[in-house]
Amino acid sequence: MGYTLNFAVVWRNFDQLLAGLALSLGLAVISILIGAVIGLAVAFALTSRYRATAWPATAYVTLIRNLPILVLVLFAYFALPQLGIRLDKVQSFVAVLALYSGAYLAEVFRAGLLSIPKGLTEAGLAIGLTPMQIRSTIIVPLMLRNVLPSMSSTIISLFKDTSLAATIAVPELTFAARKINVESFRVIETWIVASALYVITCALIAALMRQIERRLAVPR
Amino acid sequence: MAKTLLEIAGLRKTYGAVEVLKGIDCAVHEGEVIAIIGSSGSGKTTLLRCINMLEDFQDGTIRLDGEEIGYHVEGSTRRRKSEKDIARQRALTGMAFQQFNLFPHMTAAQNVMLGLVKVKRLPKGEAHAIALKWLDRVGLGDRANHYPGQLSGGQQQRVAIARAIAMNPRLMLFDEVTSALDPELVGEVLQVIKDLAAEGMTMLLVTHEMRFAYEVASRVIFMNKGVIGEEGNPREMFVAPKTERLAEFLKTSSFN
Repeated sequence: MGYTLNFAVVWRNFDQLLAGLALSLGLAVISILIGAVIGLAVAFALTSRYRATAWPATAYVTLIRNLPILVLVLFAYFALPQLGIRLDKVQSFVAVLALYSGAYLAEVFRAGLLSIPKGLTEAGLAIGLTPMQIRSTIIVPLMLRNVLPSMSSTIISLFKDTSLAATIAVPELTFAARKINVESFRVIETWIVASALYVITCALIAALMRQIERRLAVPR
Repeated sequence: MAKTLLEIAGLRKTYGAVEVLKGIDCAVHEGEVIAIIGSSGSGKTTLLRCINMLEDFQDGTIRLDGEEIGYHVEGSTRRRKSEKDIARQRALTGMAFQQFNLFPHMTAAQNVMLGLVKVKRLPKGEAHAIALKWLDRVGLGDRANHYPGQLSGGQQQRVAIARAIAMNPRLMLFDEVTSALDPELVGEVLQVIKDLAAEGMTMLLVTHEMRFAYEVASRVIFMNKGVIGEEGNPREMFVAPKTERLAEFLKTSSFN
């Protein structure tokens, strides 16, 4: 024992932690936005009647969801250059997290799509809407409302996964904390503060999602 | 004789090995109100759904204003038309469903406007005015900004009818539109249909409301096991059915 808590070093370097947090959020937002587009396309493919579109989508989701994200991060950063694909560390991490988000969000969206009554599509067809118009004006807006609660936990989980970028020296929150750590040896203090930043950010994301949910709720 | 609006010839529809429609021939003239009756499984709803291509069909033709619906035939090959063509054709017929199928995230007015804006490409203001006019006509002018979840079943069905009618269809299809309603709400929906019929709207209604069919229909089609079992003027059919099948059906249904 004999360890006295002293946060002075952490506060002195707090701006590094905040910069790290900002980068973590940036990585998450960009990856999840790209992932949402992928996820939506894949979800439609998964629920398609045509086996030719459903099959590759299933393969993608199965592959990504059965790989540890750390393996994907390391593969993208260390193995892809050997294959001639050169990405910097931020690019390679965003690519991985976007693909990873895409697979998880595809499953969330797929469940949401299956919950939309078929009658609504038929009502749309009956007034002369094309299948594309039905998707954009009826199915997707309703599906997103349905999946907001489960999307919230997926998004939080994906945000936390940005900490893996530390393994390839992307200076996000975990990397910044480790750096302060190494330089100051205030191990407990640094990790307490970094943890608090993660917890607060996740709580804020959850609150924001609940707010969106409430805003978009269909009145009854 | 009024102009022929809808012409169905040799219509066949199968689900896998089951033949649901076994060759339907029928012509509908402008202004006719046709009630389609028959026990469940007789193919009456399927017939309605084929007319606006909610169901594919394997053989026969359906023509609306002379234009072949859903398929085009070149020589000996029969192909489904493009989604875009079919969507355009579907807009020519209006349909109301048993389960209303209103879009729950849109107000009554938005439900009615959607087709006007997206299909007819009307400016929002004009579409809104048309929507209000039709909601008013079905007695729901004061519910325009309500969401479906805030309306009773009867009100929802009337919005659904307004949504279909606002597109100014050549033909209206009603698929058991009162079957999902509480008995006390049936009357308000039937009244709306009656008013439309009186204004000369051509319509096909699949219904279990025999009294209503008797009063409103200009012709009744009795479907039996995928074919038209009997058809004619409701007064003759309900009072003196020619086939035993129809007599039996009428006995078990609640016409009295």
